[in-house]
Formats: sequence, C-alpha cells, structure tokens
Amino acid sequence: MTLRRDFLKAGGSLVVGFQLRDALLGQPGPVVRGAVAGPPDPKQVDTWLAIHADNTATVYIGFAELGQGNSTALLQVAAEELDMDMSQLKTVRLDTNITPNQGGTYSSASIQRGGPQVRTAAAEARQALLQMASKKLDAPIDGLTVSKGVVSAAGGSVRYGELVGDKPFHLAFTGSAPVKSSASFKIVGTPVPRNDLPDKVSGKYVYMQHVRVPGMLHGRVVRPRGQGAYGAGAKVIALDETSIGNIPGARVLRRGDFVGVVAENEWNAVRAARQLKVTWDSSPTLTGSDGMYQAMRAAKTDDRIVVERGNAADAIGAAPHKVAYNCRAPYQAHAPFGPNCALADVTADSALVMCSTQDVYGTRGTLARILELPVDKVRVQYYEGSGTYGHSCYDDVAQAASLLSRLAGKPVRLQFMRWDEHGWDNYGPAHVGEVRAAANADGKIVGYEYDGWQHHWSNVETSEQLALGKPAAEWQPNPAMQVNPLCCGGMYDIPHMRLVNHHVPGLGYLKGAWLRSPLDLSFSFTSEQAIDQLAFLLKLDPYEFRRRNIKNDRWLGVLDAAAKAANWTARPAASNLSKSKTVTGRGIGMGTHLASYGAAVAEIEIDKDTGKVVAKHLYGVVDAGLVVNPGNVESQIGGQLVQTASRMFHEEVTFTKTNVTSLDWASYPILRFEECPQVTPVVVQRLNERSTGAGEEVMAAAAGAIANAFFDATGVRMMEFPLTPKRVLAALARG
Amino acid sequence: MASELKIRVNERSWTVSAAPDTPLLYVLANELLLQGPRFGCGLAQCGSCSVLVNGVETRSCVTPVSAVQGKSVTTLEGLPTWYAAQKKLAQIPELHPVQQAMLDEQAVQCGYCYNGMIVKASELLEKNPHPSEAQIRTAMNGHLCRCGTYPRIIQAVQRASRAMSEVKA
Repeated sequence: MTLRRDFLKAGGSLVVGFQLRDALLGQPGPVVRGAVAGPPDPKQVDTWLAIHADNTATVYIGFAELGQGNSTALLQVAAEELDMDMSQLKTVRLDTNITPNQGGTYSSASIQRGGPQVRTAAAEARQALLQMASKKLDAPIDGLTVSKGVVSAAGGSVRYGELVGDKPFHLAFTGSAPVKSSASFKIVGTPVPRNDLPDKVSGKYVYMQHVRVPGMLHGRVVRPRGQGAYGAGAKVIALDETSIGNIPGARVLRRGDFVGVVAENEWNAVRAARQLKVTWDSSPTLTGSDGMYQAMRAAKTDDRIVVERGNAADAIGAAPHKVAYNCRAPYQAHAPFGPNCALADVTADSALVMCSTQDVYGTRGTLARILELPVDKVRVQYYEGSGTYGHSCYDDVAQAASLLSRLAGKPVRLQFMRWDEHGWDNYGPAHVGEVRAAANADGKIVGYEYDGWQHHWSNVETSEQLALGKPAAEWQPNPAMQVNPLCCGGMYDIPHMRLVNHHVPGLGYLKGAWLRSPLDLSFSFTSEQAIDQLAFLLKLDPYEFRRRNIKNDRWLGVLDAAAKAANWTARPAASNLSKSKTVTGRGIGMGTHLASYGAAVAEIEIDKDTGKVVAKHLYGVVDAGLVVNPGNVESQIGGQLVQTASRMFHEEVTFTKTNVTSLDWASYPILRFEECPQVTPVVVQRLNERSTGAGEEVMAAAAGAIANAFFDATGVRMMEFPLTPKRVLAALARG
Repeated sequence: MASELKIRVNERSWTVSAAPDTPLLYVLANELLLQGPRFGCGLAQCGSCSVLVNGVETRSCVTPVSAVQGKSVTTLEGLPTWYAAQKKLAQIPELHPVQQAMLDEQAVQCGYCYNGMIVKASELLEKNPHPSEAQIRTAMNGHLCRCGTYPRIIQAVQRASRAMSEVKA
C-alpha cells in the first residue's frame, strides 16, 4: 500500500520542489542560473547556451513547446551551428528566472523569430570554442574541423566539454559570427524525430495537469455556466456558503464577483463548485447567436482603410463579370482537449506560478499587477498543457489560481472544468465579410473590394475583471485581428483594390482572442468563393484562372504544388453536377496567416438528403521558406487540414441573450475519426529563404477549398459556416 | 465520507482512502500519481481518462472507484505488462506495440489525448488483431483529438497490428 503522501515525501518526478521559491529572494552574488528574476541579458552568449563537461550542451530557448515540435526544431538549429549531435543537446522548460525573453509563442513565430537568434548565438559560441581549441591544440583556426562537439586538428583533438566544461563563456553576443550556408546543412532541413514524443506515449511526460506540490489545495472556480457579454462580466446577487457545508474541508473563497472553492481532496473541490448555491445576475446582455450578425453589421464601427489602390468601385462597375457575396463566420472556441490548469503559490511577498502560457514574461507582468507584487518577485514557469491553438483560458486559470492561493494562504492547483473552458474562452471572433470582385473578358481580375466586421481581442481576463473590478477592454488593433490583404485578394495581381476594416466595439459581445490562423478561415471562405465564382462566370477552370492572376512565384509555387498533389484536371467548377443523392466535388483555395504561402485542394462528399458534408481528401501546401524540420511541418499541415474540416463542418459557439450555451463536446461538436479526411501534406522547401511560420498557414486555403468544393458538387454557394446539415439543406432548397 | 477501498491497478493491489462515489480518475491521478488517465471533460465524452477495466476500455471520469473493486484496472503505464500477459511473453517490452507505432509514425502533437488513443487501440487490437480501416475508425470514434492527428493514429494502429502479428510468445 502506498498513499499519496508517501509519494510526496519520496519526491517523485511529479513533485516540484519549492526550494525554488527561495531563489526569488536571492541576493546578488555569484550567478547561479535561476537565482534571480529574468530575463537574462540577451547580449550574453551564456544566456543562450551552456556547454557541459560531459560534452553535452543545454540550449536556453524562450519559446514554448505547444505540441508543434519547436523544441526539437530549435535544437536542430543549434546542433547545426555547433556541429554537435542532436543526442548531445537538451533544452529546459521556460522559466522567467532562467530562459531568455523571445516574446510569446504565437503567430507561428518560434522558427521565424527564434531560429535566427538561436542560430547566431550558437555560431558565436562555436567561434569562441574554436578559438580556445586553436590555442589548446596549437593549430590555426582555419585548419580545425568539428564533429559531434570534438574539435580536431592535424596534431590532435579536444572536446568542447574540456574547453569550457560547465563554466560560463562570459562572451558578448555580437551577432557577428559567421553562420553556415544552407549548402552545408546536415541537420537543419531533415525530419529529425521529436524529442518530446517518447515520454508522451509512455505516460512519463509531465503536463501542467500533472504537477502537484506538497501542502497544496485543489481549487475550482464558480461562475455562471457560460459567459455573457464581455463588458458585463458576472455579478453575484447572493451566495450561500452553507450550501456546501456537508463537503469535508471545502471552503468558499471570494473576492468581489470572483468566486472559487478549495479543498484538500480534488473530488470534494469539484463537488463543492457544482453544489455551491450562487445567484447570478441573469439580465440579458447579448444579442443571442441569431441576432449577432445583424447587430455586428449595424454597429457604429471604427473604420480603417487597409488597402486603397486605384478605384475599385469604378473598375468593378465597368467590368463584364462581377460577383458580390456577403458571408458570415461564427465564433469558434479554442477548446483545448484538457481544460487549462495552473498551480500557484502566492505569499505576502512573492509568487511562483506554473501554467501553460504562450508567453511567460507577459503572464508574469499581468500576475504582478494583479497580486500587487514587484515583477521580480513573481516567477512563472511553463508546463505544456493540452494543445491551445491560441489564447485559450491559460492566463485566466493562472490568474484564478493565484487569486485563490492568496486567499487560501496555501499553494492552489486549479484545473478548469470542461464548462469553464468552453464557456469562458476568449473565442475566435465572429466575422461578417462582404466582397465584391470583377474580371474582364480576358480572365483578368480588374477590381476587388473587401469589407470586414469583427471586434478586437479581450485585454482583461475574467478573473481580474471579476475579482478586482477591472473594466473590460479590447486590444489596440494589430494586423491579426483586422482585414488584411494576405487572405483578402492580396495573392492576386489586381490593379484596383480596396480593403476596409470595420471594428465593431466588442464589449457587448463575447470575449475574443487569437484562435489559430485568426480570422483567416473567415476571410478565405468569403474571398476565395468570390475568386472561384469569377472563374465560373468566365467558364474557366478555377486553378487556371488563379494562375492567370498571380505574378508572385511563391504563390504560384504553392498553387501548382497543390494542383499537382491532387492530380488536378482542368474543367470549370460545377460542370459535373449530378442528380444522385450523394454528390462529390473538388475545390481549390489559397490563403495564409500574415506570412508564408498556402494553397489547398479539397475533395468532399455531400449527402443531399441529410445535408451531411464530409471531406474525403484534403491536400495542403505550405511554403514557409527554410523549413528546419519538414517532418514537423508535414505533421502540422495534416493537423491544420483536419482542424479546418472540423471548423468548417461543425464548430460554432452558440449563445442566448444571457449566456453561451455550447459548453461541452456534445453542444460544441468537433470532427471525429469516422469523418476524418485523408490528408496529403506538401512542404515547399526553400533552403535560402528566411523561415516563416508553418503552424497555421494553410488553414485559410483549406477553408476556401472546402467552400469551393461544395459549389463544384452542388452548384450552390454557402454563405455561412459551419456547413451543418441544417444549413446545407436550407441552401440546397433555395438552390 | 472516505472509506478504505482495495483496488487492483497495473497488477498491484492498493488500499486507498476515498469516498466510494469518487470517480476512479481522481484516485488514479491523486492517490496513485499515475499520469496516463487525465481529466478531459468529466462527462465521458472525450476519452482522455480511459483505462482498461478487466480489459474493457472504461471512462474513469464517470466510474466510481467503488465499482472497480474486485476488478483489474490497467492504465497507460501498465499496458506493456498487460500486453506481455496477453501474449504470454517471456519479457515485458518497454512499450506496448501501439505506443511504439505512435512513435514510429510521429503521430503525436500535443499528446494529451494519446492516453485514450493508446488504451482504446490496445483494446481494439486485443479483440480484433487485424481491423480494417473502417473498423479502426468505428472503434476509435468516441475518442477526440483536437490537434487533428487522426490520420496518423489510423496508420499507427495499422502498423501496430502488423507488428503484433509478428510477435511470438
């Protein structure tokens, strides 16, 4: 018989030692990594890597492993420059006392921004190591060769480990050391197996949800089931603490309208959260899903012209072939498969918070503000959770755990329940898109206009809003939350173009944030159908029509690769319409997310009696410049294609006038095995181009391809997704 | 109220102190500190918490701990031993063939759902050593993957099926 406490005493791998916290109060003196609050100085090579006596190296990376494999790919970059083997390198978890601040792990930035930093730091270290070896071996630098961290000259060899062996370099990171040319790459550009997977399949991998510390309590938040309007938050009318009196050790903790429960036993905390009687203000604050698009379109908006070239309206008016579509795209949820979790130990003068943030330094700053602690007294450590696909509830849960820990005076582990995560997410905002486009008789697109309506992202998390009364506020605009040319016609060579963003004030809507490939599926669904329709009006094959209208080689490259992968044969869309019950169609689409190049082909099947649509095969092509690990990128493309199918066919946040009602996998269904398409990922490798993102860059293209495949199969354009049976049957009936 | 319960997990007997209605998941995670079964929905909708109970895939988030008394519970961690017993192998392999196949296919992304995926696929191959692709899809349909790795999981199950048919006791 072994009980939990015995494990804790024994200090198994799960149990995080809290002696780390003492380091928060560390005094100046000899530098011990982790002893003082970061970020460490990015201008020092020691910040980025350490060479150990056993001839291995630790690379300190500021990007989070989110399941996309970047912790392997960034080590490949370091191994390449250091001339070491992958087996000689390791990295450490993100920690605001240890790892450099490279900004957040979003916008598919780890390789784009992080790759060059790691590469140049490793090159700088290598140069220093070669200088040391040159002295030691009494041989000129030019004559040295390195393999697996062993430097050899005619007269002998020396290992990196012998040269520095765990001692700091004390070397300024100038960025001037020469880096290798792509022609000599041995590790970069190869599909090295991921280093996190062995522990992930065996069960040894420590996810955030597994972390436990001695003396901790289990917490749960208590909120209305499903959020109302962001600006309204949630208001407690009455709370009856005696309602959980029968649950051993359960306590109610409250600050303002922030309510939680804690208990030593997790099941008791779960029961208490469910059983606690709270009367919430249930005044209607929302439009309801039904009235949402109308309200957005009618809102008094802040408008911004994103692109204005020539005179689009006149060009469209004068052209022989024109199209105008008004499309609608719903709120969609991040819905990580395991709800977010955090563990916080907050004392009067310090805090240690473990969570699954995409940005440890950003989260540290917010937590310091909420806890009214100096930033350097807050330490944030990253533990991977379940895939997040953007700003799910990881910050909210970290704040809530911290608030509960302070109120309880003990460490608190808090995992959201399924309905918390689904119901209080920062959803990918809903979108209304209006596109007008026209082509001349030669098949050239002459004019294009896109108007898009959506609100911005939420800048205050629910926990802070409810506990401290901090007013809800939206982010200042950035390109990822606005109409942008990369998915709205920008890949085509169009002389007259006008793109306008209409910012809908967001406080009367749901919370919003970046959801993998933010807004791009919505843009592409709208825009790529318009482009496709111009081809149809001209009786041209949609692939050929796009080719005629693209000048950029890299856009052409992905388009051609997608057509080739799918064995595309030329014919106009909807030229094979069938009267049978089950019909099939194929479509092509383009688009990306702010960087890189994406193209996709979809083959789908529609049951006209039931309205059910299934993707049979999706082909996705990404050109992301230099691809460090093509295996990872193929895996990412496959995941993006399946997730896009899920978002196009199933996913839709629903809400009444008072609250969100899609709170679990029954009310917010996602794609399952039985409907899963075959996927063909294609990586366009460009060894001499700068790396750009690859984790979200083909979803837009796939969304457009699916919409166009629907038209090819039925001759009907869908103006709203997801393509649920009800919506499909209604559209087919309209014809 | 908490009472002493005897349960058998991964071929070992444990005495745990828990209210009989406590879902098995919380006992496995918090008392035995097992990392395989993990919370996903608490509603038996996703498969994150799956374990084998007498060889049958079971959602531990909705199964009271009292219901598994006298039965044999196998978690992700216990699958290699369970497999060795099924196949009467002289040695316990480091990984169940399904785990190995998931690695070989580099199927995993975040990996949080892989507990359930591996447990369910192991149950499937025990019952049906050579499933068709359609049978794999049907058997696995109650397990969700948010990263969209279904295609590689299907390939991995097929790979494991081939590998297992070559194993001799």
